[in-house]
Amino acid sequence: MNLDWDWLRGNAGEIGLLLGQHAVLAVVPVLAAVLIALPLGLAVLRAGRAGSVILAVLGVVHSIPALALLVALPLLLGTRMLDRLNVAVALTVYSVAVLVCSVADGLRSVPESVRESASAAGFGPFRRLLRVEVPLAMPVLFAGLRVVTVSNIALVSVAALVGSGALGQLIERGYRSQFLTPLVVGLVLSVALALLADAVLLLLQRGTLPWTRARRA
Amino acid sequence: MNLLGYLLNPASWSGSGAIPRLLLQHLGYTASAVLLAAAIAVPAGILVGHTGQRSRLVTALSTGARAIPSLGLLFLAVMLLGTGTANIVVVLAVLAVPPILTRVAAGVSGADREAVGAARAMGMTDLQVLTKVQWPLALPLVVSGLRSATLQVVATATVAAFASGGGLGRLIADGQQQDDYPQMLAGAVLVAGLAVVAHLALSALGWWAARRARPRSTPAAALAFAPA
Repeated sequence: MNLDWDWLRGNAGEIGLLLGQHAVLAVVPVLAAVLIALPLGLAVLRAGRAGSVILAVLGVVHSIPALALLVALPLLLGTRMLDRLNVAVALTVYSVAVLVCSVADGLRSVPESVRESASAAGFGPFRRLLRVEVPLAMPVLFAGLRVVTVSNIALVSVAALVGSGALGQLIERGYRSQFLTPLVVGLVLSVALALLADAVLLLLQRGTLPWTRARRA
Repeated sequence: MNLLGYLLNPASWSGSGAIPRLLLQHLGYTASAVLLAAAIAVPAGILVGHTGQRSRLVTALSTGARAIPSLGLLFLAVMLLGTGTANIVVVLAVLAVPPILTRVAAGVSGADREAVGAARAMGMTDLQVLTKVQWPLALPLVVSGLRSATLQVVATATVAAFASGGGLGRLIADGQQQDDYPQMLAGAVLVAGLAVVAHLALSALGWWAARRARPRSTPAAALAFAPA
């Protein structure tokens, strides 16, 4: 498998641009999804049976293949298929589905005794949520964040088939012209970006939640 | 332009490129890839879960696998190995191994320690502990792994149509080439329908397995249907 290094040098500018685009296209939906999933996850936990229904609906939505969603979304959004908004919305939907579970699981993992102690120490319900329950739920939330960030970065490429897929465009172009170099460059950079993002999130978790560092069996 | 025109046109349902044939192809890819993956991943997962060895490696494998864009792997494999059903099925199976492997291993190693201890105290052999205690307790997670793998394969099999494969993705690929949005939409609706049916069927199976594994504590049905 011989790579064409001259092509790589000649197109370095474009490759860098697509790499940046790829990162933005994958990470912005994660941030949007966090804002949606926090209240929704809380609602799932508080709403009892209705919460279970929300989870089941999210399960169905999450099972829809990305390519199908990307083809159908322009109808719902009134966008054109080439619009980057399609990709962003599709990835946000998937991220919300996963993160709602993480938020609910994380909050559920806070022991009742801790909650009661916080109340006894004078925390009101809102302050208890913000200062006690959410921080204790963070390890589970971080696990979910790593999953959706890594899968989003891998998923952006598929969008190249029906719209704009950043590094996926290199993969698609390489295949269409039977030219291995762009295909391999797109594939390798996408994997590298995903692993880098995973490592950054892990470091962020260790930095912001020092008490989780010791917990390693 | 009638958006559902292609899907509802009787002509789309007969002939060589017809919907039933594409659906069968899609099911064929999915079943063979998941079975092939399970044949490898279930024994390997049991081994890892039962012995507790190499579990770090399995965790790393699951993150690594998630980082691979299926489009890139599929196109690379087809370009290097050539088109053909066998090559596509092998790539799909490769993508299906990690979700099954990690969850089988997690299920077997996560089986209730007290139950395992009690089984040993009763004089069960290692094999009996595995088949009579650890495996039934692991079954809900095994099914959840199969569900993730199946959904992954259904989705990637759609992409395979762009690498000269068959299946329902053909409608999306051909529709795009012919600038025929109703045909693309027909493909999208059918693929989504197939995935949702697979998700619901395997979630129901997982729920049943969970109820059998822990009859006393009735697990909430909704948890079995949540996103995997």
